[in-house]
Amino acid sequence: MAAIAPPRENEAPVPGPRGLGVGKPPPGRITDRLFRWLALASGLLVLVILGLITYTTTKNAWPWFKAEGLGIFADNWNPAKGQFGAGAMIFGTFLVGVIALIIAVPISIGIALFVTEIAPNWLRKPIVYAVDLLAAIPSVVYGLWALFVLVQPLADIYSSISSATSGIPIVSSITADPSPTGLSFMTAGIIVSIMIIPIVTSITREVFATTPQPLKEAAFGLGATRWEMIRGSVFPHSRGGLVSAVMIGLGRAIGETIAVALLIGSSAQITAKVFQPGDTLASAIANQFGEAVGEQRAALIGMGVVLLVLTVGVGIMARGVVTRYDRRTGASL
Amino acid sequence: MSTMTPAVPGPSQLAPRPRSRARRIKNVVAAFVISLAFVVAMVPLIFLVVYVVQRGMKLFSWSFLTDDLPFVDRLPGGGMGPAVIGTLLITGAAALMAIPLGVLGGIYLNEYGGKRPLARVVRFLSEVMTGVPSIVMGLFIYTLVVLNTKEKNGFAGALALACLMLPIVIRTTDQMLSLVPRELREGSYALGSRRVRTIRTVVLPNAAAGIVSGALLAVARAAGETAPLLFVIGITRETNTSLFKGPNTALSVQIFTNATSPFTVQQDRAWAAAFTLIAIVFIVTILARLVTAFFSRRQTA
Amino acid sequence: MPTLVQPTANVVDVTTDVDAPATGVDVPRAPAPDEEPERQRELVFQLRDLEVRYSGHTAVREVALDIAANEITAFIGPSGCGKTTVLRCLNRMHDLTPGAQVIGQVTYHGESLYGPKVDAAEVRRRIGMVFQKPNPFPKTIFDNVAYGPKLNGRKRSEMPDIVEQALTRAALWDEVKDKLKHSGLSLSGGQQQRLCIARALAVEPDVVLMDEPCSALDPIATARIEDLMEELKRDFTIVIVTHNMQQAARTSDRTAFFTAEIDDEGRRVGRLVEFDVTEKIFTAPTDPRTEGYITGRFG
Repeated sequence: MAAIAPPRENEAPVPGPRGLGVGKPPPGRITDRLFRWLALASGLLVLVILGLITYTTTKNAWPWFKAEGLGIFADNWNPAKGQFGAGAMIFGTFLVGVIALIIAVPISIGIALFVTEIAPNWLRKPIVYAVDLLAAIPSVVYGLWALFVLVQPLADIYSSISSATSGIPIVSSITADPSPTGLSFMTAGIIVSIMIIPIVTSITREVFATTPQPLKEAAFGLGATRWEMIRGSVFPHSRGGLVSAVMIGLGRAIGETIAVALLIGSSAQITAKVFQPGDTLASAIANQFGEAVGEQRAALIGMGVVLLVLTVGVGIMARGVVTRYDRRTGASL
Repeated sequence: MSTMTPAVPGPSQLAPRPRSRARRIKNVVAAFVISLAFVVAMVPLIFLVVYVVQRGMKLFSWSFLTDDLPFVDRLPGGGMGPAVIGTLLITGAAALMAIPLGVLGGIYLNEYGGKRPLARVVRFLSEVMTGVPSIVMGLFIYTLVVLNTKEKNGFAGALALACLMLPIVIRTTDQMLSLVPRELREGSYALGSRRVRTIRTVVLPNAAAGIVSGALLAVARAAGETAPLLFVIGITRETNTSLFKGPNTALSVQIFTNATSPFTVQQDRAWAAAFTLIAIVFIVTILARLVTAFFSRRQTA
Repeated sequence: MPTLVQPTANVVDVTTDVDAPATGVDVPRAPAPDEEPERQRELVFQLRDLEVRYSGHTAVREVALDIAANEITAFIGPSGCGKTTVLRCLNRMHDLTPGAQVIGQVTYHGESLYGPKVDAAEVRRRIGMVFQKPNPFPKTIFDNVAYGPKLNGRKRSEMPDIVEQALTRAALWDEVKDKLKHSGLSLSGGQQQRLCIARALAVEPDVVLMDEPCSALDPIATARIEDLMEELKRDFTIVIVTHNMQQAARTSDRTAFFTAEIDDEGRRVGRLVEFDVTEKIFTAPTDPRTEGYITGRFG
């Protein structure tokens, strides 16, 4: 705001232009204030909603927490017998997430490298748009498609892999007992990986793009090939950002509900055999809530609370990585 | 005058040595594998779209879009009219609630909040909220609204979707506003405009394309959501144009329930519904991209 | 203070070549039987009709130069006249700039640098570069210097010796020998630049290109690097771009003076004006533009 010149000596203050400090408040002042409070209220809405979410879900899940205590982590989900341990669902959530990450992260890194280092300029935006289209497809459509198109062929593939590796010590404990229907942790993981590729690619892409030009030139100046430059300059620079991208991908994978519900086989169990059916927190809720009553319903809501804690926790960790990374390298993400 | 002697060209100085041939090969292979990643990612996309179109076209027609759901599921006939109306109504209502509030919230963050602690908390929590799984939103509305009103209706679904959209709209608005150049704002203030007027006449128009595009993308996302609606809108066979009276249904929910049916007829309906849903989502997404492409700040690149 | 390396009688008057219509490489004259062999100057680079365009716009044109082995050649001139652009042609750095085109002839030991079968990475292994702003990798001092040799396949067991030798040549060994495991970024600006020089030397290049290496450094650090260059030219060929005339006068054997002209569309286009033995450029330049620049009348 422009400084107001102080009145010179020996001069009576000249009356200012009409409206300045005279009479009623200038027009617009009230609207300004009103608007400001309105905007603030909208912002605070987020706090209110998050608070309400935590409150109502916990309250309604309380009977389950109270009845089971630490038993909520037990692997004994059997509503018919009155057992409500969600250990298998928690395990399944992570297993599917890990499988999805193992598949999605290398692909996302590849796409991000392609866009930032290899593709010609005019090709970059179209590629990014194409990858973002993957995110536009609703989860239920992915589930439907996989159910009819992928599940059978996958079942055959699992069967072949399983028999091929049946002799190998450690590997066979993962590949044994393939589900004949194809509904399994692995199938769910594959579909979820497709769904998280866009977000992981997007973050990774931004991280790679912030590699300082001088760093790249230093490598090239020494006669490095493009791949050697990527390994020597881009990757080391991007470590922190990559970790954060992976965590954000994990967060999305954990929350995936509908596609997983259709593809995982709804069989609560803790096992290393990835070709077996399983269950996750989200898919259990989706598949069972409709007809659940009493403690089962409280348990399912409770699983929602666990899910909430998990995703918020992973999100906060991802943010923590980002801030620590920013401070260390001075780069802004 | 004697000249300097140029080097007699001996064996090529620049010919690659054996070790560097290996490095060259590694470089080419790496480039190939990296390029492959994009192809791999596109394969499911193309397959899926092609398949949905193929199978969806079987039942897709005007009557499919308007007829009520059949009384007996496993018999052919009927359409997804109620689901189409439901999706449009519920998503529309959610948009009407979430977009104005979200834009206002984003304005708060960028124009008033800045770096203040409260604004930082709100920004952080908005980001956290975008990560909340959609099924948890469904549970939230179920426990908060359905249990208390003892009713399942379209409005409850709209509330759940609005909660999903709100943080997305807040964040994109915040980001778009932060891109408006300082000079534009300062020019307006210098002329004596107050904050609201500056926002209304200078800042918002400049950021409008980005905000609208962000809002459209949030709408597209909400239209495709299933989980939040599963237990809060109930189910109905007939079109229900009221958001408040009586249960409703949506395309996404219908796809989910029909997908696991053993009857081909129901599966076909699921496919046609999927086709419809994808069409809606893609149209809105492309609209959002067009808005960005054509209306973004018309400043020199 | 560098001494003149050869008597003027042996030097070809290259400036006349620049104005002559370019016809390609001059036919070399075989040395007479009585000429001393050790006086033979080997040419490392020959530039003819060199022109560089960025996205269609010419940035510098009509450059013809010969760069001799084991000499320091300096490019001087006002900003925007193409000195760095020409320098970057010598190690094919323009390959990395989208839209950049290098037209004309650049030969290295008689071979075209831009020939169809030439691998740019291979070029850069023989022709190293030190940049304007020191750009050490965010690794330890040791790993910075070892980076190049490691890529070239030198064995791990050889590294400590290679690193020590390179750092010694860059006059940095004594200062860092006890802290090789410290980050390269923990050094002062002048030290970082010497680290970058050591890094470039570690791959044992033929030529070292320097793009205004001292412009980001204080006078003391600058003086150290100038002393360094004098020692280095015994084993390497050095081409340095500098906006500091006095530095060129102090350190180089030959100097090329560039200037910028405004073309019909109002854009700056650089060109080579004069190229000669340094003493001649600074005491008795042929072209009035050169004289104008070194006496401070413009630029």
